[in-house]
Amino acid sequence: MKKPVLERPVLLDVQGITRLYGPAKGCEAIDFQLHAGEVLGIVGESGSGKSTLLRVLAGLEAPDAGRVVYRRSSGEPEAARSDVHEPDTARRGGTQALGGDPQANAEAELDLYAIGEARRRALLRLEWGLVHQNPRDGLRMGVSAGANIGERLMAQGQRHYGQLRATGQAWMGQVELDPGRIDDAPRTFSGGMQQRLQIARTLVTRPRLVFMDEPTGGLDVSVQARLLDMLRTLVRSLGLSVVLVTHDLAVARLLAHRLMVMRRGQVVETGLTDQILDDPQHEYTQLLVSSVLTP
Amino acid sequence: MNGYNFAYLDEQTKRMIRRALLKAVAIPGYQVPFGGREMPMPYGWGTGGVQVTASILGADDILKVIDQGADDTTNAVSIRHFFQRVAGVETTTATTAADVIQTRHRIPETPLRAGQILVFQVPIPEPLRFIEPSEQETRLMHALEEYGVMHVKLYEDIARYGHIATTYAYPVKVDERYVMDPSPIPKFDNPKLDGNPALMLFGAGREKRLYAIPPYTRVESLDFEDHPFEIQRWEHACALCGSDHSYLDEVITDDQGGRMFVCSDTDYCQSRRGEVA
Amino acid sequence: MHSMTNTRPRLTVNGLYKQFLLHGQGGLEIDVMRDLSLTLQAGECLVLAGRSGIGKSTLLKMLYGDYRIDQGRIRLHFDDGDLDLEALPTYAWHGLRRDVIGYVSQFLRVVPRVAAVDVVMEPLLARGADEAESRRRAETLLARLNLPERLWRLPPGTFSGGEQQRVNIARGFIGEHPLLLLDEPTASLDAANRDVVIALIGEAKARGTAMLGIFHDEDVRERVADRLLPLDGSLGGLSNASQTCRESLS
Repeated sequence: MKKPVLERPVLLDVQGITRLYGPAKGCEAIDFQLHAGEVLGIVGESGSGKSTLLRVLAGLEAPDAGRVVYRRSSGEPEAARSDVHEPDTARRGGTQALGGDPQANAEAELDLYAIGEARRRALLRLEWGLVHQNPRDGLRMGVSAGANIGERLMAQGQRHYGQLRATGQAWMGQVELDPGRIDDAPRTFSGGMQQRLQIARTLVTRPRLVFMDEPTGGLDVSVQARLLDMLRTLVRSLGLSVVLVTHDLAVARLLAHRLMVMRRGQVVETGLTDQILDDPQHEYTQLLVSSVLTP
Repeated sequence: MNGYNFAYLDEQTKRMIRRALLKAVAIPGYQVPFGGREMPMPYGWGTGGVQVTASILGADDILKVIDQGADDTTNAVSIRHFFQRVAGVETTTATTAADVIQTRHRIPETPLRAGQILVFQVPIPEPLRFIEPSEQETRLMHALEEYGVMHVKLYEDIARYGHIATTYAYPVKVDERYVMDPSPIPKFDNPKLDGNPALMLFGAGREKRLYAIPPYTRVESLDFEDHPFEIQRWEHACALCGSDHSYLDEVITDDQGGRMFVCSDTDYCQSRRGEVA
Repeated sequence: MHSMTNTRPRLTVNGLYKQFLLHGQGGLEIDVMRDLSLTLQAGECLVLAGRSGIGKSTLLKMLYGDYRIDQGRIRLHFDDGDLDLEALPTYAWHGLRRDVIGYVSQFLRVVPRVAAVDVVMEPLLARGADEAESRRRAETLLARLNLPERLWRLPPGTFSGGEQQRVNIARGFIGEHPLLLLDEPTASLDAANRDVVIALIGEAKARGTAMLGIFHDEDVRERVADRLLPLDGSLGGLSNASQTCRESLS
């Protein structure tokens, strides 16, 4: 029997990220690497800095210090992603475009805050995704479900209404929404349905890297389970790499391969999810784990 | 006229506006901010267009002003009178005779020629405003060519009405770069923007923005591959001149529901009738 | 000297130590394992023996990455080299569990509201297996374990202990991992289903699966064990330390 291939390329290399709003407010000196195909959970109580860290990682807020390096050459080969359309900008060869700059294509590493805002935004739109806790922050509430799902594709240059619609319906099916409701506005959907719509809208371009901020946070418990199962299935079938922020250890247990425990802006412990939850080492982690109510 | 500089605005202001116009011409479709002045008319009455016209008007220029295609509507008449008083320029209703044409909501049917300038009055210059309220964000979206949301709007039209229901202020892409609101002209006029020999200037008074389409610039109306851009068509010909290729207005003629379709461009209609007669 | 290829163990454990430090108990230190060593061959079922409640699960949990390894060495042996688990980077465990080490725990821990058959087939899907084929194999296993067909499409959350246990066993065996850890898989089963599990273990041995198990039922133990590993020496005298530790944490 041969040794299994366990090496996974590093997708995201986070080096010394600090973003402080005040003493112990924000996050400080965070280092970690996310490997392709991994689901990393960041857990901690509110105010632990996990959401600030996520905002920095997801390209929404520049850090005071440190680097977020995205290694583009890792993950599955580019050929497997040929279904993703090039953006308008790439076709024009604009220097600010992610795909249009031959030098950028040749680069294996992208330093998220060293590249310009144009390339950063293109990266977020093309290769990354962000699922907000509140679906209203991630959806356009005024336009139909189909337009919400199609937006990223249209931003990438897809110009065929029939195909956009077919893709929209297929994704609605994938996230267990009735494809017959493709023309309904998200505001007519329940919270759980909105969240599933947001996930479809984010994943439609098959991003390599997805950030999720308390994706089950605002939902009823009965709705959470279904969403969790769906997320697990999507992570597996799309081969996603995920950074997941949650305060819910049960959610972390079911979704994350690996956990990072944060407290007062710092990482107090990292490890395999089961290790963190079953064999916590740090005093704070032990307290956190032992404080969970189990029915 | 005593008490006013030629064409109402002082020369400093005109120079400022001309500099902004030069920039607008240099970057087709890009919205240039300018220090808009108070004009002796309310916003919504064409203060943006009036300032542009005032800045480019020469003493020898012949001016035409139209509103919805007509030379004789209130807005057109008052602006024409304004420039007659403050600039003393010659005015005309004939498209072919005019050097400068200020317009609200139409492009004349008679093809424009090189050397003519068409000045549009613009209420809302920002085509992205419907989806993004922040000016900072829309400027960034223009800078980065993030125009996916424009198609979201068209998608929504088709989803709701089965076709692209936007009939006026139909968004265009200028010189393959900037998405631009062509002002509330009917989409019927959009093809006239493309490769037009005349210079087209756009002035938004309330929002203090100028933009331009230089002569012979490529202007594309946004659409989908399977729902290509189309202009309005009528089953009728003009009841007055018999034109079957101009933009028609529906006119109610009596209290019994009588109505007819006539050219919205009054000069075009009249000159056709003159030819026929 | 004979060729070693066939007698080379699949797993070697050397000098394993485990201690729990409980910050909430004033820094209480509990030694739960000291100097444990073992070897396990392919096709062998090694049964952990020792007094009830001395924390035999601790060893399985250390092998599966649930518990950290304080000191000692756990090595997996392959044709082309060894893998040291105590040195394995965290990200690699995911793949290791998917492809190499399987675990049948006493309790089922799954996403609520997921159908039993989907729970069972997940380890195959995780490897990218065909869904229809995975479903067929899951149903075959559930049928063999006498889980009534009407339950297959239901989430196991509401099942009886024995029914849940059978879902768990099916999920553990379906992946045919080369190393399988069995933590009292027959605890809540009736005689007929115990026989099915014993048969499954027999078939796994025939495939060359190396198994490490805990079986309280003496009859089962005798029927599946190729060897017994007495643990009273390395775990003994520690009372119920591991269990105490877990309980004090939760």
